[in-house]
Amino acid sequence: MADLTTEFLGIKSPNPFWLASAPPTDKEYNVRRAFEAGWGGVVWKTLGAEGPPVVNVNGPRYGAIYGADRRLLGLNNIELITDRPLEVNLEEITRVKADYPDRAIIVSIMVPCEEQAWKDILPRVAATGADGIELNFGCPHGMSERGMGAAVGQVPEYIEMVTRWCKQYYDKPVIVKLTPNITDVRKPAAAAMRGGADAVSLINTINSITSVNLDTMSPEPSIDGKGSHGGYCGPAVKPIAMSMVSEIARSPDTHGLPISGIGGITTWRDAAEFISLGCGNVQVCTAAMTYGFKVVQEMISGLSQWMDEKGYTSVEEVVGRAVPNVTDWQYLNLNYVAKAKISQDDCIKCGRCYAACEDTSHQAIAMSDDRTFTVIDEECVACNLCVDVCPVENCITMEPMAPGTIDPRTGKTVEKEYANWTTHPNNPGAVAAE
Amino acid sequence: MSSPQNSPMTPGIAAGRLPQETLADNFADLHAPFAPHEAAVAADRCYFCHDAPCVTACPTDIDIPLFIRQISTGTPEAAAKTIFDSNILGGMCARVCPTEDLCEQACVREIAEGKPVEIGRLQRHATDTLMAKQSHPYQRAPETGKKVAVVGAGPAGLACAHRLAMHGHDVTIYDAADKPGGLNEFGIAAYKSTDNFAATEVDWLLGIGGITIKTGMRLGDNLSLDDLTGCFPAVFLSVGLGGVNALHSEGEDKSGVRDAVEFIAELRQASDLATLPVGRDVVVIGGGMTAVDAAVQSKLLGAQNVTIAYRRGRDAMSASTFEQDLAASKGVRLMFNLQPTAIYGDGAAGEIELEYTSDDGSGLKGTGETIRLPADQVFKAIGQTLETTGGLDLEGRKIAVTGAGRTSRKGVWAGGDCASGGDDLTVTAVAEGRDAAMDIHATLSA
Repeated sequence: MADLTTEFLGIKSPNPFWLASAPPTDKEYNVRRAFEAGWGGVVWKTLGAEGPPVVNVNGPRYGAIYGADRRLLGLNNIELITDRPLEVNLEEITRVKADYPDRAIIVSIMVPCEEQAWKDILPRVAATGADGIELNFGCPHGMSERGMGAAVGQVPEYIEMVTRWCKQYYDKPVIVKLTPNITDVRKPAAAAMRGGADAVSLINTINSITSVNLDTMSPEPSIDGKGSHGGYCGPAVKPIAMSMVSEIARSPDTHGLPISGIGGITTWRDAAEFISLGCGNVQVCTAAMTYGFKVVQEMISGLSQWMDEKGYTSVEEVVGRAVPNVTDWQYLNLNYVAKAKISQDDCIKCGRCYAACEDTSHQAIAMSDDRTFTVIDEECVACNLCVDVCPVENCITMEPMAPGTIDPRTGKTVEKEYANWTTHPNNPGAVAAE
Repeated sequence: MSSPQNSPMTPGIAAGRLPQETLADNFADLHAPFAPHEAAVAADRCYFCHDAPCVTACPTDIDIPLFIRQISTGTPEAAAKTIFDSNILGGMCARVCPTEDLCEQACVREIAEGKPVEIGRLQRHATDTLMAKQSHPYQRAPETGKKVAVVGAGPAGLACAHRLAMHGHDVTIYDAADKPGGLNEFGIAAYKSTDNFAATEVDWLLGIGGITIKTGMRLGDNLSLDDLTGCFPAVFLSVGLGGVNALHSEGEDKSGVRDAVEFIAELRQASDLATLPVGRDVVVIGGGMTAVDAAVQSKLLGAQNVTIAYRRGRDAMSASTFEQDLAASKGVRLMFNLQPTAIYGDGAAGEIELEYTSDDGSGLKGTGETIRLPADQVFKAIGQTLETTGGLDLEGRKIAVTGAGRTSRKGVWAGGDCASGGDDLTVTAVAEGRDAAMDIHATLSA
């Protein structure tokens, strides 16, 4: 079984699966149980400044989006940072770290954007023996109204400034957690880098209303008939998170900046995908909140099995492997031509491909009286919609056409050479191919 | 538990073989209704197929993918409307349709994984929900003043009458029995239609208004087709198959030998199943749904040994595989290629002699080899026949119809089991009644 031991920013953990800063890591009791269950590390739920702790609402904190059989696909929350006294959290962190020296403990922090506030809390966090800190610049609800969380994460200058303070007053790794509620994630990432951040972690949760109660006309979760946007997470946000991760991984400004990946990671495969896009490790929350701490066992066994099958001996070998293949649309090979192919042996004749193609795509699937569905190559643009709507995996495939053959749709010969939009004759700004 | 006076071992034909509690369990809903979450999970399995094969397979063309999607989005009432738009007896069909031979057989998930979407139970979930909430979901069109007679208040007649009433016509339904429902009321195994559902459904259906039911009126007896056509510009015949085929076996007249349909009707109408007598050794002759219903219910009433003897092989049995398996699971023994030759007994049946059969392609023949089975009760379930033709042309042994149920006589339509074409199924009867109604409506409106 592949060794999953991971070293992220010099912090060792037995596997790359950390619990993200969230309710599962709010106290000693949970964290001890998480470690017993096998989690490689935790990011302790965000600590605030000394003084009266924040208060939470006393009604529902979570809203949900479901798939079939009430499978939780998306979760949002309006919970704030820890509502327990700072001192209690610090004592607990100290105890747990002492008992689990092989596990990573990162302390998430969110205090006001004043140098003194950071100067005050950092030595106390350092005294716990925790392995590093994560700056919560992502929380999109409640705290952001008070000028913290996402309110900081949305202003690159603030990120840079606070990160610099932390690097000044704290000597262990500093991870900056980014909010996705911005237009270009590369800007805050670059700001964190300029401020001296050792890594970024992303994504934090996304502004969201999961549903509206149509009887009371209140957004959910509803507190006495009113709702506030919450932070969205869970499997539904994974594609958004992976795109943002990849942007940072491949941007010349931030390339090489370590990334801790967060966003809907539910299975080993999700984790492997994040890692391939440049994440040194991953953080998980919703999967644990949905299924309990035990889910990490599947993540560990699955990642190990896959690494064995592929011949990878360390997580490090996988990190960023897919990054070179993330590119801009303009560099995609326009001479690559594929056609959909329907396996008649696998087809169960539901006709969804036909409905999708006929009604909403290119009218490239024919249906016979006996419900045989076939692709009309003359019309097929290989859009993949039929593959996506087919309920049978691998029943419809996209078959690349061999160079030299003629695409019956265009009547043109499939070229062997790569050619993209930058040199395409239809592009007014085309440059001559070199 | 109360202890019955008799047991399955009690010789002869006896009532009260099982305790009341056991009888209640035995005759409970064969397919319990879905709880809402079960319905949601089952509905999620539907692929919403294009031009769905299940719809094609449904004799009433219910838009199944649409109604299932309506269930999955939390509107079972809208789903029920989709069902009732095509099949006003969708509630009963959800209970009695041989879905394994119709929609669920055609379901692409049956092909893909041998486990179809549970369309029948989903249909029941939808129809039960609406019927529990709403008295009647349709409104009548303005009255046309046109009058139509419907003979037979079974599924075909009820469907026809409802559709005509909806279009504003005045309908009078005549039925020979003392209450409406036809085979829904008298011909279906009790565990398929519990809680007096058939009668409830008729009451609900009549909520459309404009339908009068006259019971105790039998065609060819106190009702004549000539009189009807004289009074009504349109007559729809849905009289079913009232006659029962005979065995033509020696000893058929002995006590203990009776028609299965009669037994099924008696059982459905019984207010106390413990008072209903059944044999210790029951043999049912036949291979259709009626045979299975009689056999299974005999077993559930407490008969010790129940055998279905069918003259052909298993493949030829008109009872579906599901029905055969149901019988076997209840402990009914299925025997094939056996035809009755004689029933022995001193006044009452005691033993039945059966001859093996074979078919070398030139027709079914007895092989000469016989066996005897103990049989203190023998049920005949070898098919029903048309009782009266009303002077109409026949096709085979049924009233010949063309198009949407038009008979050889102008102004007379026919549908359901009495008419040619289509399977003898509730759902087919509903389709025929509905379609004839539309044709009658068009004719009357012309």
